[in-house]
Formats: sequence, structure tokens, C-alpha cells
Amino acid sequence: MAVKTLTIDGRPITAEEGATVLQAATEAGIKIPTLCHLEGVYDVGACRLCIVEITGTTKLLPACTTKVSEGMEVQTQTERLRNYRRMILELLFAERNHVCAVCVSNGHCELQTLAYSQGMEHIRYDYTFPKWNVDTTHRLFGMDHNRCVLCTRCVRACWHIEGAGTKNIAGRGATSKIITDLNQPWGDSDSCTECGKCVMACPTGALFQKGSTVGEMVHDRDKLEFIVTAREKKQWVAAD
Amino acid sequence: MQLDELKAIAEKHRSSRKKIIVRTCMSAGCMSSQADIIKKNLEAEAKAQGLEADVEVRRVGCMGFCGQGPLVGWDNSGEHGLWEFVKPEDAASIIAALKGGECKVQRGDPKHPFFAKQMHIVRANGGIIDPERIEDYIAIGGYTALHHSLTELQPAQVVEEVTKSGLRGRGGAGFPSGLKWGTVAKSPGAKKYVVCNGDEGDPGAFMDRSVLESDPHLVLEGMAIAAYAVGADQGYLYVRAEYPLAISRLQIAIKQAKQLGLLGAGIFESPFNFNVDIRIGAGAFVCGEETALMASVEGKRGTPRPRPPFPAESGLWGCPTLINNVETFANISAIINKGGEWYAGIGTEKSKGTKVFALTGKIKNNGLIEVPMGIPLRQIIMEMGGGAPDGRSIKSVQTGGPSGGCIPADYLDTPVDYESLTKLGSIMGSGGMVVMDDTTNMVEIAKFYMEFCMEESCGKCIPCRAGTVQMFNLLEKITQRKATARDLAKLEELCDMVKNTSLCGLGQTAPNPVISTLKFFRKEYAELLQPDPFGP
Repeated sequence: MAVKTLTIDGRPITAEEGATVLQAATEAGIKIPTLCHLEGVYDVGACRLCIVEITGTTKLLPACTTKVSEGMEVQTQTERLRNYRRMILELLFAERNHVCAVCVSNGHCELQTLAYSQGMEHIRYDYTFPKWNVDTTHRLFGMDHNRCVLCTRCVRACWHIEGAGTKNIAGRGATSKIITDLNQPWGDSDSCTECGKCVMACPTGALFQKGSTVGEMVHDRDKLEFIVTAREKKQWVAAD
Repeated sequence: MQLDELKAIAEKHRSSRKKIIVRTCMSAGCMSSQADIIKKNLEAEAKAQGLEADVEVRRVGCMGFCGQGPLVGWDNSGEHGLWEFVKPEDAASIIAALKGGECKVQRGDPKHPFFAKQMHIVRANGGIIDPERIEDYIAIGGYTALHHSLTELQPAQVVEEVTKSGLRGRGGAGFPSGLKWGTVAKSPGAKKYVVCNGDEGDPGAFMDRSVLESDPHLVLEGMAIAAYAVGADQGYLYVRAEYPLAISRLQIAIKQAKQLGLLGAGIFESPFNFNVDIRIGAGAFVCGEETALMASVEGKRGTPRPRPPFPAESGLWGCPTLINNVETFANISAIINKGGEWYAGIGTEKSKGTKVFALTGKIKNNGLIEVPMGIPLRQIIMEMGGGAPDGRSIKSVQTGGPSGGCIPADYLDTPVDYESLTKLGSIMGSGGMVVMDDTTNMVEIAKFYMEFCMEESCGKCIPCRAGTVQMFNLLEKITQRKATARDLAKLEELCDMVKNTSLCGLGQTAPNPVISTLKFFRKEYAELLQPDPFGP
């Protein structure tokens, strides 16, 4: 395996050929904020939070889908990037109804954590207050569309780890929606195996186990990584 | 099929031609005004007036002057003419006029600047040949460029010729076609694809529809030459479902070409195979973006993905894929026939050849025009288009649709080429050219395009999905006179963010109409702002 050397935020780093900038940074202990990235499923580069500046390109590129190359100079924490990231988070908070105080994932939410870590103090944009429903037809799980950030982690976990293909996305733009099967109530789904991987994958309180109340829903994301590592590398390494 | 057989078809078709040809435009525009009935009536009248032996009433594609349609043209021993605003009941007098009778139907002037200033490469056969008869296309030299490529040129020589021509992608971004072809040709892989992007969706743009409806074989031939050059054996023609006439003509064209062995296996008895299938869009504007288009062809949800990898390396099903616009492919056979150097002699230093524009909006002469690159906007708008109707003056010209910008009248002397338009904050785009007169409210225009982008955003990336909603809301607030300078600052900040962080071209260019109207018409925004109750 060939090795590439590059610099991230001025630090010289080595990475395996074919690795992404995000992988290289994580390995070196450099934190780049992510939301749609999930260990264990492929990356889509959709949330744009992990955008970085690379010398020689005018475009900002997502760290999760950009491969390392020899001599690459990456900046992850410029003022411009931090400002854009805050704006993206503000747009997300204004887009649906994210009310932490009454959310099952309060205190364990990636969106909330990102807002803290990126210094989002307030929301400049008008809330749109859309009317979304809550699907509680499933025996074990619920889906609250008000808290969905459309990262599609549940869809990817469902298709590529479980292989059930229950979760999907319908509609477009701001009216996009995570659906089960052909837009049926989750409880009526024939394909759902009740594995709960989508719930583990969810960054917010949009997917939850029934019976959990405010702050009780902790998503066990390491389990997904464990399954994938076991399957692909035949290594049964339990996450800490 | 061999060259002599092709020539025989052409010769036979030419010799069986009647003395007078009456050409009825049967493109979507004229069809919507009963062109099909006009043609039927003309045929019946020719029979009734005993001219059946001399007169051929031919179905043809777009003649360009769409605003004056339905159009009927005629050719009689080297002379040509045109009738405008034809109605079904005019058939009798039109046929009578062919024998020197009187005709009250409005006559078009072929010397009008609208026609005289045009230069036809892509639209050379539009309005002349019957798009549903391959013999018509062969009779004017069709498929000889493909034969020449297959029998006398190496694939690399074809790429070389396209590179020499300086042709740049006509979909809007203007990427050098030769470079793209060369990349696909050199990309390793046994299976490669050629894709034609016919998902034209910009408001006010209908160039590609016209080319597909008027001359489908020209596009097919271009695709086949491209496939030979890059080493592909399968092509996909992606056409939006809103173009049913284009789709049906393409289906007919593919069937006819296959029957004659001009598509399919062993074309011109060479080892080259090429099949084309049509894929029909399902109403999503974003599917004009190449990665979303390919996802759609693969049967997936039509959403874009990050590039790199570019389609030239990893496209359809992970194979190297050449994807070009309809108009780009339509230029190819002329480049092969007349040479890259000939093509490079047309246009400006960096923008070669001609460009088709759909001239619409507040302008006297609506329609399709093909002009050499570098022509000043003023000539297009004032001379060919005849300026604004009803004695109004021109305020602005919008090019490039929702990805483009508004060019104010002060800049009408700008030459039409990729770089000059980009410098003004607009783009060449696919060829939509919407003219606005002095009654137009530019903030409303910006809002219209933002609403379009908001509704067409696929929803995959956050800046485009949520950013367009907020930008639209801010524009609405401004037009309702409820916004302050603070809101305008917020709008500008969002424009910059969405432009720089969005995943695909749709989001990256969605703020352009706002940015360009703010650049040139900031006063109109400022006039709508209210004093800020919380101070500046």
C-alpha cells in the first residue's frame, strides 16, 4: 500500500493511498466536524460541514469524500470555514422543529453537540415551523420527522448494513422526507426486519426507541461500526 | 451498409423530389397552433388544385421564427419564401399562390436581420428536412461524417479533430469538448458509455428541444462518432418527459438508423458497434446535472454526487462515461466533414463556432437563432430581435437561466462568448436569452429564479435545500416592503455561503440571479427597504 504525505492545518501527516482527508485527519487526531458521515456506511458528502480548503483549488471540498494526494495542503479551521459551518447549522435549526428541551435525544444529540462545538450562539434566520407528523406505528421504534436533518444515515444503514432496503427518501428540496417502503406507515412495512440499525444511526432524536422520554435516547453508533468491521475485516473488536 | 449504398439512397431520394416543396413546420411551437391540420389541408388542396405531381407538402422541423408561427415555407426552382401566422383555412390560397395566384397570408422576409445575421451549423437542416425520414437526412449528406470517421480516421484522430475545432460544451459550463473526449478515450476500462444530455430545463430555453425535433439524426450521428472516438458501444439519450414530440422523433430515428445498419452491430461493415437507448426524465430539473442524470439513467433517485471522480473516469455503473449536451453532439458531424480548422475559424479566440439561443421575453421577434460566437448582444437584441415591443426600451437580458445573471442594457455591446458573459456575472448557459423591458421589476425576477431553484433543489445538501428557502423568504420580505438593510445583508451573506458550499452546480449557481441583480440594480432593492427599528 502506497503512502501519501500531506499537511493538515500545517501539520505533516501520512495517510494510506485511497484514504479520505477525513480519515487522515481523524487518524492524526485532528477533528473535522461531520454530520452525514457515519463509520460503517459509504459517504455522500451531503451535509457540507466537513468542507475544507485545499491549496490549489478554489472550491471547498468535503473531507469525507476527498481522497488524499501527495503534497496536499489542507486547512480545516479557517475563519471562513467556521463561519460557513455555523450558517449551515443555523439553517438546519431553522428548517424543522428542533426543540432540545423536549427531545428524547437531549444531551446525546450530534446536532446539538455540533452547535455547541461550532459556537452557534443564536439563529439569524426565521424559523419555518413546518408541520411534520410523528410515525409511531412501529412496534418498537418511532420516527419524528420534525427532528430529521435528512442526513440519510438511516437509509444507508438500512440498505448497506442490514440489506433490508426499508428506509428511503421521497420528495425533493425542503419537502424531502424519510419514508418506509413505498411511503407506508412504518408499522405496516413488510421489509423492515426490526433490527434497529436505523435508530442506532440517527444523529438526532428523529428515530427513537419507543418508551424513551426526554434525554433518554442514546444512539449506540459504535455497534454499527462493530458489525461492519466484523463483516469486512473479520475482526471481532468490541468498541470501547 | 456501404458508402455507395448510402450514396444510392441519397441519389434516389434526390431524383424523386418534386419541383415545388412546401415545408410545414411541425415542431412543438407550430404544432400547438394546428400545424398538423395546416399540413393536412395543404395536401388536400394540392390534390384538389391538380398540383399533386409538382408539389410535395413536407413535414419539417423548426424554422426559428417561432413568434410568427405557424410557419410554412416553400422552395421552387432555387427560390424560397415563407408565410407567417398561417391558419388552416389559408391552405387554398397558399397552394394557389404557388401557381401565381393571390395570397393574403403574411409573407416573411428572408432578408430580415433575424435570418440574415444567423449562421447555421447545428440548425442547418432545421426547417428543411423531414425529421421523421432518414432518407431526407442522408440526401443532404447525413452519416457521411460517421462513415469517414469509421473508415479513414483512427479514434485518436477524431478526438484530435474535435480538439482542433476548439468546441466547448454547449450545456453551459463550456468545458473543452476535445479534452473531455480525450480523457474518456484514455481512461482504462473495457466498457464505456456515451450519454447525451437532453434534459433542457432552464425557463425560457428550447434550443435542444428544437434540435431533437428537427434533426434527430444529427445528434445520433454525433453520438456515434463520439462513441467511436472514446471506445464506447452503448449510448443513452436522456430526454425530459415534457418533450414527447422529441422523444417520438428520436424513437423513429433510432429505429430507421438501425434498419439501415447505421446504428447497431457492425456499422458500415466495420467492427464498430453502437446502440442508443432513450431514457426519459421524470420532471426533475436537477437531472440536467451530469452526476444526477447518470444516477437517473441507472434507475436511482436523481441526486448529484460529489465530483471527483468525474464521469470521464467513473460514470455510469462506474465505467468511463462521456456526457455532452445535445447541441455539442449536433456540432460534431460538421466538424468531421469540414475539419476542426474550419470550425476554429468561426467565433472568437476562446469561444469557437456558433451558439443557438432561444430569444424570448419582451422582444419583437421571438424565436430560435444560431449566431457565431462573439457577436455583440446589441446585434442579437436590437437588430435580430427588433428591440422591445410597444415602444418600450430594453432594461436587461437574462442569460443562463437560474444559473445565470441579468446583464443590464448598458452592457449590450458585450460580445457573446463564454469569458465576457462570465465577467459580467452571468454565464453563456445552455442558450436561454430572456429579454426584459423597462417595466420589469428586477427584484421580482431574482425572486422568480430563487423560487425555481428552491422548488428544484433535490434536498441532498443543506446549503441548497435550506439556503434557497431562506433566500426566497428574504426576497419575499423585500418585495413585500417588510425588510430592512439587515435582511439584505443576510441575503448577501447567504448568497456567498450557498454559492461556495453547495454540492452541485444547481446550488452553486442558484444565488447568481440575486448576485447579478444586486450588482447592477441595487437601487431597486434599496428602494424597497424599510428603516430598521433597531437602528443600523
